Amino acid sequence: MPQPLTTLKETPSQTGGPYVHIGLTPNFCGIEGVWPTDLGTAMVNAKTKGERITVTGRVFDGAGAPLRDCVVEIWQADATGLYPSPSETRGAADPNFTGWGRCPADGETGEYRFETIKPGRVSFPDGRLQAPHISFWIVARGINLGLNTRLYFADEAAANADDPILNRVEDPARLATLIAAREGSAFTFDVHLQGPKETVFLDI
Amino acid sequence: MKPPVPTNAPPETGAFFARDRAWHPQALTPGYKTSVLRSPQKALLSFGNTLSEMTGPVFGHGIIGELDNDLIHNFAKPGESAIGSRIIVHGRVLDERGRAVPNVLIEFWQANAGGRYRHKKEGYLAALDPNFGGCGRAISGDDGSYSFRTIKPGPYPWPNGVNDWRPAHIHFSVFGSGFAQRLITQMYFEGDPLIPLCPIVRTLNDPRAIEALTAPLDMSMTIPMDATAYKFDIVLRGRRSTLFENRLEGN
Repeated sequence: MPQPLTTLKETPSQTGGPYVHIGLTPNFCGIEGVWPTDLGTAMVNAKTKGERITVTGRVFDGAGAPLRDCVVEIWQADATGLYPSPSETRGAADPNFTGWGRCPADGETGEYRFETIKPGRVSFPDGRLQAPHISFWIVARGINLGLNTRLYFADEAAANADDPILNRVEDPARLATLIAAREGSAFTFDVHLQGPKETVFLDI
Repeated sequence: MKPPVPTNAPPETGAFFARDRAWHPQALTPGYKTSVLRSPQKALLSFGNTLSEMTGPVFGHGIIGELDNDLIHNFAKPGESAIGSRIIVHGRVLDERGRAVPNVLIEFWQANAGGRYRHKKEGYLAALDPNFGGCGRAISGDDGSYSFRTIKPGPYPWPNGVNDWRPAHIHFSVFGSGFAQRLITQMYFEGDPLIPLCPIVRTLNDPRAIEALTAPLDMSMTIPMDATAYKFDIVLRGRRSTLFENRLEGN
């Protein structure tokens, strides 16, 4: 017998369940006074650098109904393409930008909404630049392991055409599922869990 | 958000080990009916980590209030406390290399001692406890440790099969140092006979995965005449060492 490996197994995932709000957004679901505000509701302040945008959308199930009980988290670079994280080694990100947002879907419409800034470009490990993008993580009842995907911007056609990840999507028809449409300063990014418009989900 | 907490350890910057997706529940698990319409059916797009996955948000210890890790008191009226068996839940956040993961946010939520959640969509007839909210949070220490005080949640029925019951459990949400480590899971209690019957537990294929979510009674951490204790270690994805990798400047 060779020596045993000493690596551990990752803790297995379980669904966030129908009451995920109690833990992630207690004030949103009426549990007030435990802590002052829900985390992730404000990504920007008056001093944040960059172009202000809103990102909204809904997450649809295989029957075409919006999930009204999911929680969406996003993570993105600042306007210059730097992440506000200790693991960011290229420089200091904008101190007035959190990079991270969390939003529960509206209980009636299923819409999520983030007030943020358009991210800059982030380098790929081989030195190329990625197109501007926002990383998404979606949890809900019925989702056994949080779903990862990315939002890319429709007004970045040239950057998108060169993006190393987008170029890995073999079916060009599916590329559209990762591109958010622009109207003024608002981007719309709907996610489809199943069906002909199923979003490209990522194994990161 | 507060700036990162100063620490003696250098920041973690390597790529994460690939996630073992056969170890986690599959997306489509028909025994858990809600997964049927909420499970992606096409192949995931796999790629090596970029900075977007290797970086992640950090929350300073400053966000944590005095009672955030005390569910017995953090929603209770002054001088009162939640009803139920008093327990301590403690453990460490580690990575797959066995190293402590310090300074990460852990959020937890649960039903009350009767198995009832404080949520408008909750329909179980068990009584609400006016002194129990059901949420708490902590940030791991330098050795990855965390702990909180709560009451043992009750099991409860749920509309899936005609007579399905959830074993007593506490939900956990955990951050790491990178967004690709983001994890939600549930902790079960040693000896609960409902564990092997539960359709959500049974989304896990490997008995060792169920054991990894089952917290043992830990008499070494009990408080005599006050609370029993359960130990729950959490393992996040590990990072590759970058010692022998050629990396371009700036990456």
